Amino acid sequence: MSLRIIKAGIQDTVQDLGRYGYQQAGINPSGAMDRYAMQVANALVGNELHEAVLELHFPSSVILFTRPLMIAITGADFSSSINGEPVPLNQGIVVNKNDALQFHRPVSGARSYLAVQGGFQMNHWLESQSTNLKATAGGYEGRALRKGDELICRTEGEYSKYLNGKNFRILPWTADHQSGDNSKEILILPGKEWDRLPAASRERFLGTPFLITKLADRMGFHLGNEPLDILPGEELVSSAVTFGTIQLLPDGKLIILMADHQTTGGYPCVAHVITAHHSKLAQKRSAEALHFKMTDLETAEQLLQKQQQHIKQLQNACLFKLQPYA
Amino acid sequence: MGYVRVTKKHIIFNNTPMTTPTLSYQLFPLGDSALTLDWGNRIDEAINLEVMARYQQFRHQQFPGFIEAVPAYSSLTVYYDPVFIRKLLPAEGTAFNYVRERITEIMAVELTYKETNSRMVRIPVCYDASLSPDLEHILEENKITVEELISLHTGRIYRVYMMGFLPGFAYMGEVDEQLAMARKLRPKSTKAGSVGIAGRQTGIYPFTSPGGWQIIGMTPIELFNRNRKEPTLLQAGDRVQFYSIDKYEFAHY
Repeated sequence: MSLRIIKAGIQDTVQDLGRYGYQQAGINPSGAMDRYAMQVANALVGNELHEAVLELHFPSSVILFTRPLMIAITGADFSSSINGEPVPLNQGIVVNKNDALQFHRPVSGARSYLAVQGGFQMNHWLESQSTNLKATAGGYEGRALRKGDELICRTEGEYSKYLNGKNFRILPWTADHQSGDNSKEILILPGKEWDRLPAASRERFLGTPFLITKLADRMGFHLGNEPLDILPGEELVSSAVTFGTIQLLPDGKLIILMADHQTTGGYPCVAHVITAHHSKLAQKRSAEALHFKMTDLETAEQLLQKQQQHIKQLQNACLFKLQPYA
Repeated sequence: MGYVRVTKKHIIFNNTPMTTPTLSYQLFPLGDSALTLDWGNRIDEAINLEVMARYQQFRHQQFPGFIEAVPAYSSLTVYYDPVFIRKLLPAEGTAFNYVRERITEIMAVELTYKETNSRMVRIPVCYDASLSPDLEHILEENKITVEELISLHTGRIYRVYMMGFLPGFAYMGEVDEQLAMARKLRPKSTKAGSVGIAGRQTGIYPFTSPGGWQIIGMTPIELFNRNRKEPTLLQAGDRVQFYSIDKYEFAHY
């Protein structure tokens, strides 16, 4: 055993980069909402980037470590502490047996990620460790973590030499999480039905902020917009959708599909959030505003490539820093 | 003796090799990591046969960066990894263009296919009002008796056009016009095993879930089991026939 949930969070699950290859059976991919933060957490502890991590929402689980481990917390800032002492985001931390990790306040962002060196000992379901809540499969018994759950880490590491009698130790390097992208806009690409929006609706789409409503979870973010018009057209038969697809619902409101989206849908697809901005989007909370800006495929691909290069560089740097400890 | 008009309904596709008709399609991006081939937004068996044949072809002739393909009624979506593909490309050029070219090459191959999947699945359904919250409503609206409803619903062999909505949910069609029924205005909690109708589609809920389909019966069999190697009972291209069981058989199934 390596860690135990001593108090349950609102919805904390095991997630990796998602389960692909089964959407033709209606099995949605799941996976981390903020895959950038999830990969940074893995890089910091020297894991493969696709290793499964814990995705935490606020209020989050209280976690007791039952053996020394190396961990990293990334993504949302929930004001974390170990044994009551504040600990930083985006840094490796060696924890000791009986250390307790707690999250106190939702300071910024919506989802935090906890990676453990070596990853979790857990069965794969259809080649992935992601929790699929709909299918109640994958991850930890196919469900969110509860009080008393015990997770085993694969780590064989000997961490006592890091600790020198101390309770826990924060490793002295930080991941630069922002990757230079501080723009407030969420970049989008036109969807198949973009042209069915009248000019005034398109203008509103790109010119006014859209508030995220309370209906914002792993499945999708409902937006609280003034109803948008759409030109009449034939009713659509269902077809595949994807993470980031923005659909126009019959009442004129928008929904952005997120990690637990259905595999197919029959509503007009007016736009798609570019993949490089999924991470930024996943950290938005209810009542926050989204500013959409149109871009093109070339830019979308370049930004994604840049983001992935940044994570790779970070991974290499962390592996180098971790060498003396190996 | 007059002419017999041959309509699509009379063509038997089962294992009959045939050349693909040249159906035209549109190709458009679905965000920056997928693209969709669209044969025209219709529920049409000939189109869906083409979709399924192309789906099989894509699975067997995978190009670098291919992740998966998802067939639907009249479209096929291909998911790819743009970062992986861009590493293979010269400095200019998008992953989208690369994938479009690969797909255009594959699509240029004349397809001699037969329906590769000729599975027939028989599914028991109990059409008892106690298990079917919308049965009375549909009988009233469509002015038919429960015996007629059972005979119409079990009297046809349906095609699984696509999977979606929930893990293991099969979109089947088409039901007799006398069974056609609009969706509910507001989704209601629907029990696992519920057999429903929406328009001229029929389907079964594998999980208890909010749903808008009109429920006419319930099956005792499991549509989804995560412990099976193939977790879903049905797959796109299957043939399905329903048969009626009574409440006693349902309870003791």
